[in-house]
Parts: sequence; structure tokens; C-alpha cells
Amino acid sequence: MHEPHDTPQATGHAAHSAVAHSAVAHDDTAHAPQPYAVFIQTWLALMALTCVTVTASIWWPGAIGTAVAMVVTPVKAALVLLVFMHLNWEPAVFRWMFLSAVGIMAVFMGITFIDYLYR
Amino acid sequence: MSRFLQRLLGLSGPQPPHSAHGLAAEAGTAPTHVPHKDYEGAKTGMWLFLFTELLLFGGLFLVYAVYRQMYTHEFHAAARELSRVLGVANTFVLLTSSLTMVLSVTALQRGDRRSALNTLFWTLFLAGAFLVIKAFEWGVKFSHGLYPGSEQLRELPLGEGLFFGLYFVMTGLHGFHVIVGMILLAVVARRVQDGRVHSGDFVLLENAGLYWHLVDLIWIFLLPLFYLTN
Repeated sequence: MHEPHDTPQATGHAAHSAVAHSAVAHDDTAHAPQPYAVFIQTWLALMALTCVTVTASIWWPGAIGTAVAMVVTPVKAALVLLVFMHLNWEPAVFRWMFLSAVGIMAVFMGITFIDYLYR
Repeated sequence: MSRFLQRLLGLSGPQPPHSAHGLAAEAGTAPTHVPHKDYEGAKTGMWLFLFTELLLFGGLFLVYAVYRQMYTHEFHAAARELSRVLGVANTFVLLTSSLTMVLSVTALQRGDRRSALNTLFWTLFLAGAFLVIKAFEWGVKFSHGLYPGSEQLRELPLGEGLFFGLYFVMTGLHGFHVIVGMILLAVVARRVQDGRVHSGDFVLLENAGLYWHLVDLIWIFLLPLFYLTN
């Protein structure tokens, strides 16, 4: 790491900076970059899961194909959110925010379906 | 509007010059004094914007779900018209573009600007490929007389007309997001190139990446709803 100052005063600054750094690493969203392999493996998983959904829809068109898609698609979405969109490494508040947005959507959908199914 | 978007995307504006205890100082590549940036705030703003996008598409998903439940048979019949091959091909293209996007963010975080730019250009290329495939797919539909408001579409049973209406609106709105994403990525690429976005201040690239992943996320749901339903 390049330290811009090289005076005795700067030693104190560097120590302070180190403290600040550890604080940032724990409390802030400045998470360390993940290895490239994590993302490449996730991509492979996403491609494979797509193949699973497509194959299921060809082999078992109808109920089973739809059921497979309904299970696999949210898994794919979770992979994108957690790994590609870094939610896995963000502070928990980001995950809660996301879940609340999805929760609001689920309430809308639930109420609408209660209306349409039982009218 | 422009200022709002700039804030949303974490673009640095005229801000009071606080001392450089921020990320730039940590990364060690930045000058001694950089304007204070609220990294977490910038990202929170982006996520809030993404939630509005989720609710926008969520409403359309809800309309789809209700009509599919009401016109199950017609939806399955109409979905046979769509090309599974093109839908799946575009899924592979978009998933790969999401990978190159996240690699670009990671590369820049590590201070590897060349790799960050290369992967960013790959993302743009794949986004373009997605649009070309989409244009081809829509072109075939149009040549078969299937386009919004066409005579042929009006003569179809109501459920099938609804399916195609939703198909054009939802893939169209998604395609629009792809175009917006490409413009955004091009702007960010320029800023990475001239060094305004760097390893000490990369939240703009990260937020653009979040937007791009959302575009991918929505397509992940569109694939089974339209192309794998028959």
C-alpha cells in the first residue's frame, strides 16, 4: 500500500487509518473483492439450471415442467441476487430491504388472487 | 432529474471537502484529499430504485398470473408460436453478460483497469447481441401478422390476444431496460477509461452493475413465463 506521507506525524495517521480501515471492513459496505472463480462457478450453475428448466419443459410439458420452472427459477434469481449483486456480502439491512420489497409484492399478489379465485 | 440520477448512481457532485477517511484513502491509489463519498448511501439509493423497478414488473407479472389462471388453455396455445430456441439463446447471452459485468466490478476493485474495461466491453457486446436476437424474434412475429394492434391479433381468441399483448409489453419494457442499461454502461466505461471511476471510487460502476443484474433477473422470470409455456 502506498502511503503518501512519510513524516513522524504520518505514522500516527497510518495507525489511525488502519483503525478506520478495520472499522470500514466490518461496518461499511466496502467488502473485499471476491475471487473471480466464485462468479464463474455461479455462472456455470445458472447455465446448468437454465438447461434443467428447458429440458423439463420439453420432456414433461404441462404440470411437471411448470413445477420444475417454479422451483428452479427462484433459485436462479437467488444466485444472481446473492452472488452477482453481492447481497451475500452486504450488511444484513440490504437483505431485509430486499425481502420487504418482495414481501409487499407478495401481499399485492396474494390479495389479488384471493379476489379472483373466490369471486 | 439529472441531479437526482447523478445522486442515485453515486456520481460525485459538488460536495464539501471532508478529509479523506473514505474508501479512496484505504485503497491507496487515490490522491491525499478526495471529496467525501457516502458509499453505502449511494448503494442504498440504487437498491431503492431497483425496488421500484421490481414493483413495476411485479404488477405486470401479476396481470400475467391472473390472465393465465383465467385463460390457461389459450395461453398454452399462444405460447407455441414463440421460439424456444431464441428465448433460451437470449437467456444464455444475458447470463453471460451478467458474469462479465460482475467480473468488471471485481477487476476494478482490484485496481485492474484494463480487465475492468475489457469485461465491460464484453457486457456491452452481449447486450447488443441480445437486442439483435430480440429484433430478429420480433421481426418474425411481425411478418406473421402478430404485432400490437394487428388485425390478426384481434381475430384471435381473447386469451391468446392477451398473451401476445403481455408478451410484447413485458419483453418490450425489458428490451427498453436493456437499451437504457447499455447507455449507462457506455457512460461508465468512458469514466473508467479516463480514470474518474477507479479502484478507490467505483460505486458508479457497481451501481450500474446492479442495474444490469436486475435486467438479467427479470429476464430469468420472463423465460419460463413466455418461452417454456406450452
